[in-house]
Amino acid sequence: MTGSHLAKLAQAAALAAAIAAVAVMPQEVEIFDLMQYTLFAAMAILALSLGFIWGFGGILSFGQTAFFGLGAYAYAVAAINFGDSTGAVALAVLVPAGFALVLGYFMFYGRISDVYLGVITLTVTLILFNLVNSTAGDEYRIGAAALGGFNGMPSIPGLNAPGNPDYVLDPEELWFVTGGALILVYVLLRLLLASRFGRVAVAIRENETRAALLGYDPRLTKLAVFVVGGGIAGLAGCLYANWGAFVSPTIFSLALSAEIIIWVTVGGLGTLIGPVIGCVLIQYLVAQIGTQQAFNSNLVLGVILIAFVLLLRKGLVPTAQDLGGRLIALLRRRAGRTAESLGALKEAE
Amino acid sequence: MELAAILTLDVLNGVASLILLCTGLAIIFGMMRIINLAHGEFLMLGAYATVVSANAGVNIWVAMLVVAPLFVGAVSLVVERCLIRFLYGRLVDTMLATWGLSLFIVGLVTTIYGNTIQGVPTPLGGFSIGAYRSSLYTLFLVAMAALLLAAVWAVLRYTRLGLIARATMQNPNMAAALGVSPNRVYMATFAVGAAITGLAGGLLAPVSGVVPTMGAAYVAKAFITVVGGGSAILAGTASAAGLFGFINQMAAYLTTPVFGEVTLFVSAIILIRVLPQGISGRFFGRSL
Repeated sequence: MTGSHLAKLAQAAALAAAIAAVAVMPQEVEIFDLMQYTLFAAMAILALSLGFIWGFGGILSFGQTAFFGLGAYAYAVAAINFGDSTGAVALAVLVPAGFALVLGYFMFYGRISDVYLGVITLTVTLILFNLVNSTAGDEYRIGAAALGGFNGMPSIPGLNAPGNPDYVLDPEELWFVTGGALILVYVLLRLLLASRFGRVAVAIRENETRAALLGYDPRLTKLAVFVVGGGIAGLAGCLYANWGAFVSPTIFSLALSAEIIIWVTVGGLGTLIGPVIGCVLIQYLVAQIGTQQAFNSNLVLGVILIAFVLLLRKGLVPTAQDLGGRLIALLRRRAGRTAESLGALKEAE
Repeated sequence: MELAAILTLDVLNGVASLILLCTGLAIIFGMMRIINLAHGEFLMLGAYATVVSANAGVNIWVAMLVVAPLFVGAVSLVVERCLIRFLYGRLVDTMLATWGLSLFIVGLVTTIYGNTIQGVPTPLGGFSIGAYRSSLYTLFLVAMAALLLAAVWAVLRYTRLGLIARATMQNPNMAAALGVSPNRVYMATFAVGAAITGLAGGLLAPVSGVVPTMGAAYVAKAFITVVGGGSAILAGTASAAGLFGFINQMAAYLTTPVFGEVTLFVSAIILIRVLPQGISGRFFGRSL
């Protein structure tokens, strides 16, 4: 058996383990913890969206929360108006993806540099925050849904079985949907990256000029990657809105935008599992910080981000992979040397 | 007529506060090619320095014009030595690290002063044009913005320091070969840019609510103006601030302040699509 066969087998086993974990979780933990894990899973999808566009498309978006928030608001408005969540979920993906298309057109076809891109995406988020924050009056409503401004939108209808508004999912089923969505998004992104499109995207990340000279259009490819990322972030927003049945403008806030960047930086850029791990770790940490008074969570997150940028730029997962690789190489060399000396011994005899 | 006068004053005020907000950021960006994402927090530190020292009995003008820039300049020196200098040439990492810094500063100030709004009374009185009233402080802000631009221009154009700064900006390696240490120039640039930002924070403290998260309200405008202005420090900042300030105030007058910001932002995105190098990259290629 070769190394790649082994790796594939390991991946299949990991996938099966993840599915099994989602399936048995409700029997193993309390309902409070299950809700917490549902939130982690929704946020992990958001982390995947940035891990994908930044790690594989080379697009550093400082405002991934813009799409997350748009997804949540689109779901909330549509679900209140339709009374059925089926179309609302579709809109929660399509509206942010459409917004990403328009914004991405201006950014990528303007051929602006990475730095400007970061600044513009950050600014978009801040402006959306201000805009939604100011819609508190009763005149700001879309159909039956009042936007609520800084008060947010309470009592959003939960997900129901497709086409059957009377059957609303309970928390346990919502966990299955959220956890399942996380695994599905992960697998689909993996498949996308293995396809021709994914390889072109990575080639453009590595060297945009060379890819362009070989006949690929970096602008179009980057735009497509950005739109996919926006749609995924929108889906995460939809699941988040379902988790709390509440959205408020704070999901557009700088604090959350920074947190996503920290998840990906801590977990490891250029991997898909890294952002998921980083997301769960940091969320857990923030939840723990919330239980005490001495340290402010911003303070801790800021220190973590600075420390990783200065000291451990690659992030946890690639560092672990490196160490693991070195360990295996070391063991192999040891084994080789033992075999050699055994051979020499035999020859001597 | 009276309405026109008061509107002009509003536009001037908008442009002036944009200039005050952006000049420090533009200097750091133009000279060092790094975007300081902790810009809003430097502003906030300037405002806090003013409020705290004014409440401790320091004269309000001294607190705004002396304490705030000196304090933020000193903080930025520490930041540059401990953080930024390891990241020269790594653009994206600088942005990430300064973002971490911004979170850290917000967390620290929240821990010390709490999440409550502080303030100082607005100095100077008001005056009226016909049926409309406005405050003299607005005029003072306009004058300060003009003075700041003039001072930066004079330093860059006429002093030896300015010559060294411009040389380093154009070609750091050649400047280094001629005996200038680019690292030292960068350090000084960062401190001067931050001190100007601190001054802006101090000047804006009387007219805004001083909270640890106040930076976020200003950074969006500041970043988009600097990016829209392009790399020329003075021509870029002045032209972009003029254009965006006008658009912002007019749209705010016609609709609401928030939609004024949205209009500013949408026009900025379109501008960047048409002129990716910013206004100064297209029209004032060789100016300061």
